[in-house]
Amino acid sequence: MNNEDQYVVKARHPFAEAFEMFSKNIAAVIALIILFLIILVAIFGPTLYPVDPFDMVWMPFSPPGEEGFIFGTDYLGRDLVAMIIHGARVSIIIGVSAAFVTVFIGVSVGAMAGFYRGWVEEVLMRITEFFQVLPTLLFAMVIVALFGASLTMITIAIGAVSWTAVARITRAEFLRIRELEYVTASRASGANNFILMFGIILPNALPPIIVQAALMVGSAILFEAGLSFLGLTDPNVVSWGQVIGSNRSYLLDAGFTVTIPGAAIFITVLCISLVGDGLNDALNPKLRQR
Amino acid sequence: MALLYTIATRIMYAGILLLAVIILNFGMMHLAPGDVADSISQSMGGADEQVLNEIRATYGLDKPFIIQLGSYIGKVLRFDLGYSFFYTQPVSQLIFQKLPATLLLVITAQFLALIVGVFLGVYSAQRPNGISSHFVSFFALFGYSAPVFWSGLLLLIGFSLHIQWFPVAGMRDVTIEGNFFEETIDVIRHMVLPVITLASIFLALYSRLSRATMMEVLGSDYIRTAKSKGLTDREIIYKHALKNSLSPVITLAGLQFSAVVSGAILVESVFSWPGLGTLAFESIIARDTPTILGILFFSALVVIVGNLLTDLTLRLVDPRVRTNK
Repeated sequence: MNNEDQYVVKARHPFAEAFEMFSKNIAAVIALIILFLIILVAIFGPTLYPVDPFDMVWMPFSPPGEEGFIFGTDYLGRDLVAMIIHGARVSIIIGVSAAFVTVFIGVSVGAMAGFYRGWVEEVLMRITEFFQVLPTLLFAMVIVALFGASLTMITIAIGAVSWTAVARITRAEFLRIRELEYVTASRASGANNFILMFGIILPNALPPIIVQAALMVGSAILFEAGLSFLGLTDPNVVSWGQVIGSNRSYLLDAGFTVTIPGAAIFITVLCISLVGDGLNDALNPKLRQR
Repeated sequence: MALLYTIATRIMYAGILLLAVIILNFGMMHLAPGDVADSISQSMGGADEQVLNEIRATYGLDKPFIIQLGSYIGKVLRFDLGYSFFYTQPVSQLIFQKLPATLLLVITAQFLALIVGVFLGVYSAQRPNGISSHFVSFFALFGYSAPVFWSGLLLLIGFSLHIQWFPVAGMRDVTIEGNFFEETIDVIRHMVLPVITLASIFLALYSRLSRATMMEVLGSDYIRTAKSKGLTDREIIYKHALKNSLSPVITLAGLQFSAVVSGAILVESVFSWPGLGTLAFESIIARDTPTILGILFFSALVVIVGNLLTDLTLRLVDPRVRTNK
């Protein structure tokens, strides 16, 4: 073994590096574990705890812990544990699919605007601006009220009002990356626009988009909770916001029917924000030195 | 001259945006199931096809799409937002009735959030590892993650049901009447919880941003110069640094008009505050399309004008943003 070996720095896969950075952030790791548990509950909960959330199982307003109902019962005597478990499904499904819609629209618009520049960019950014002046919750409420409160429509409504942030981030990244040498090199070696956009530029623009997508899941969950709190939800499914909304008239008798589902929303969204922060640290090399 | 030109372009863009909102509104009214004739016949208790057609003719619903759109744009520009058959009132009249309550709530909350937020940010920026800094980060996380209607309900449970400091709902007590002083105190008592709830969303935002910008400003050269001149920390912060760190916070506050509307809807509905948010909520539950779309148009108008004013004010006040787009 000669002396020079100890100065050789091994090249490491960027994923390994990001993973190491992420695992250093203890809050983010704990949040990820809790999120994982919540997802497990959403998937397997209904099988392991087979109580119908719409069934009246006991007297209304039975406090938590009594008569074997850990979270108590709501104003119709329905089991809150069952409602929280089933609500987790709705929240996570809507959160993830709305974030997906958001990222899909946002990345498409932002990529086109940042790649083609010129009048395409001008038109697309005006459209983005247009969607930014519509008050998000009100616009989503209008869409859901006029076109029906199905889960699909709620997802579309949330996606339609929240893609603008993703579009702006994607455009900014595309504007920066399209001028770099490796893009010019790929263009010179014959890559067409589609390959340049989605094969060359997009993968390099992903880190901030991934972080934004993670945060979008959280804000979509909050959004759905707000809509269903106002009663704009599919009446055939239980969701956390809807449990709060339907029990809010009985605050004095049974505050727990409001605090418990709210805590479920809060913990889930908090964990998503913490994981988002962790991802930001791990994926954004400029911040690593801090 | 260049400034005048940018101002003119900005105003023109705002006008185009407004027109787009009107067209969107009209399009949604058309796409939504049921029209004015249906809602009139519903309020009459049903009507046959001939009557429906007569109603459609009187409201011009039998004319071609483009002519209807034109007359709709003309009406909206004269602030005629249609007639609500649910409230039996013109929509614009309804909006102006509810507006003062919302303005009172929203403006107070914004001022509170700005003042407390900037103060918290400035204070914690001087102590990057102190308790106040951790408090700001924690509070920012809480503000992002807690559903606003939930924190409102928690305050309601805590401070008006269990400890009965504040009234449960509404804006005034009907039994208190006549005495101006007592009435004002009553409204303030009703305002406390909704204002705190609404302010908490923005407080998180403002304190985090002003902390970040303040820390950046404190690291710059002219602050070092001020320090070497022998100025006290207080003088440096409030006479030199604050001015420069305030501009991004004001910009951010100016961009919150849309979020304010969303927040107001939820907070007003929690506290039954008799403002535009409650009106929006009620009209949506009643499926009162003219009122819903009227409120949507009005709030978009507020956001557009608000953004325009923020933009123009910043251009006039801050020479650094005067010319660039």
